[in-house]
Amino acid sequence: MDGVHDMGGMDGFGPIPIEEDEPVFHAPWEGRVWAMNMALAALGKWNIDAGRNIMEQMDPVRYLSSSYYQRWLYRTEDILVERGMVGREEIETPPEQRKLEKLADPLSHEEIVTRQRAGKSARLDEDIPAQFKAGDQVRARNIHSRGHIRLPRYARGKAGVIDRDYGVFIFPDTHAVFAGTKPQHLYSVRFAARELWGEEASARDKVYLDMWDDYLEAC
Amino acid sequence: MADHTEHPEHSHLSDTDLRVRALESLLTEKGLVDGEALNAIVDTYENKVGPRNGARVVARAWVDSEYRAWLLRDGTAAIDSLGYASTQGADIVVLENTAEVHNMTVCTLCSCYPWPVLGLPPALYKSFPYRSRAVKDPRGVLREFGQDIPEDVEVRVWDSTSEVRYLVLPERPAGTEGLDEEALAELVTRNSMIGTDRLKGNNG
Repeated sequence: MDGVHDMGGMDGFGPIPIEEDEPVFHAPWEGRVWAMNMALAALGKWNIDAGRNIMEQMDPVRYLSSSYYQRWLYRTEDILVERGMVGREEIETPPEQRKLEKLADPLSHEEIVTRQRAGKSARLDEDIPAQFKAGDQVRARNIHSRGHIRLPRYARGKAGVIDRDYGVFIFPDTHAVFAGTKPQHLYSVRFAARELWGEEASARDKVYLDMWDDYLEAC
Repeated sequence: MADHTEHPEHSHLSDTDLRVRALESLLTEKGLVDGEALNAIVDTYENKVGPRNGARVVARAWVDSEYRAWLLRDGTAAIDSLGYASTQGADIVVLENTAEVHNMTVCTLCSCYPWPVLGLPPALYKSFPYRSRAVKDPRGVLREFGQDIPEDVEVRVWDSTSEVRYLVLPERPAGTEGLDEEALAELVTRNSMIGTDRLKGNNG
């Protein structure tokens, strides 16, 4: 979807916050949110693309006014509800008024790590022909999907060159809605900075994006 | 300088803190998470995974030309060989900085980052200013980090739109010929591996 998460090329966000000696987590709750995400993801009820899809559907005002780990918190609540693991009313009910049944035994840390390692790659061992090869001239399709898409607005309709073929990968647009992995080739595609940003950009500079066959057409 | 846009959590930390505690207690009661496992995950990301891993990869590449060639050809395998494989780093591509080319990485759509070698992303990388401007005005962004890239150097920005993760291999600073691998790793900054920093030699 054409949401606020698709930030490439936007102006007005101000200077970059550069912190010296930054802690990994700025408050203990950030670490708890992070760890809950890792533990819950290992249960296999969703995948990384589905998680991003839910994050992208967040109200844009909430997205922009929340910190990184607040967004993870809200996303976690939303996806737990979406996947039927937790009811919205359970989240909003104070703990002392809740009466819950234990659904399962939680995963140990060892099991979480094992599962993460087993399912870590989006690369697929499938023999799918590539539509393009390194050096081919391509154009990013002008797609304005209402669903999940990993083709940023700033590159749509722009002409580039296939830099390298990474092989066959899960296609996020379908995977995000549990509609299959739709295996296809993923490429690094090279764009001249001026093709994307006009004459103000350096004639020398390049931007590289990872793109799947379904995002590309020959040009 | 007060800046409410960068750390909105400061204004309602207690609300968020309470909400996180309530969620953890709910998930614990349901048997979906275990507090001890959560402690171990926090410990992993606070103490075991971080940019020192990436620095060791870089230092090895500086002292061992065969390793360097392998790293640039198959970053995933070369990094695995040092024991830094885990989730979110399944496919890692290493980008070589040279006198002619400067590489910089970003994720405009979220905050994809090579966890096994750099740990969790820092504030700068997750920030809206960086996500929005890195692809459009990389030279301006680099100037904010004190790096004035000469016009004759090509800047390449890599937007992490897939599960492939990028790690920049910075140039070895001048004047470091006498240093061993461990001492070299100490010179490698996190930002030099993101590509927002260039390493200065002992000679300046």
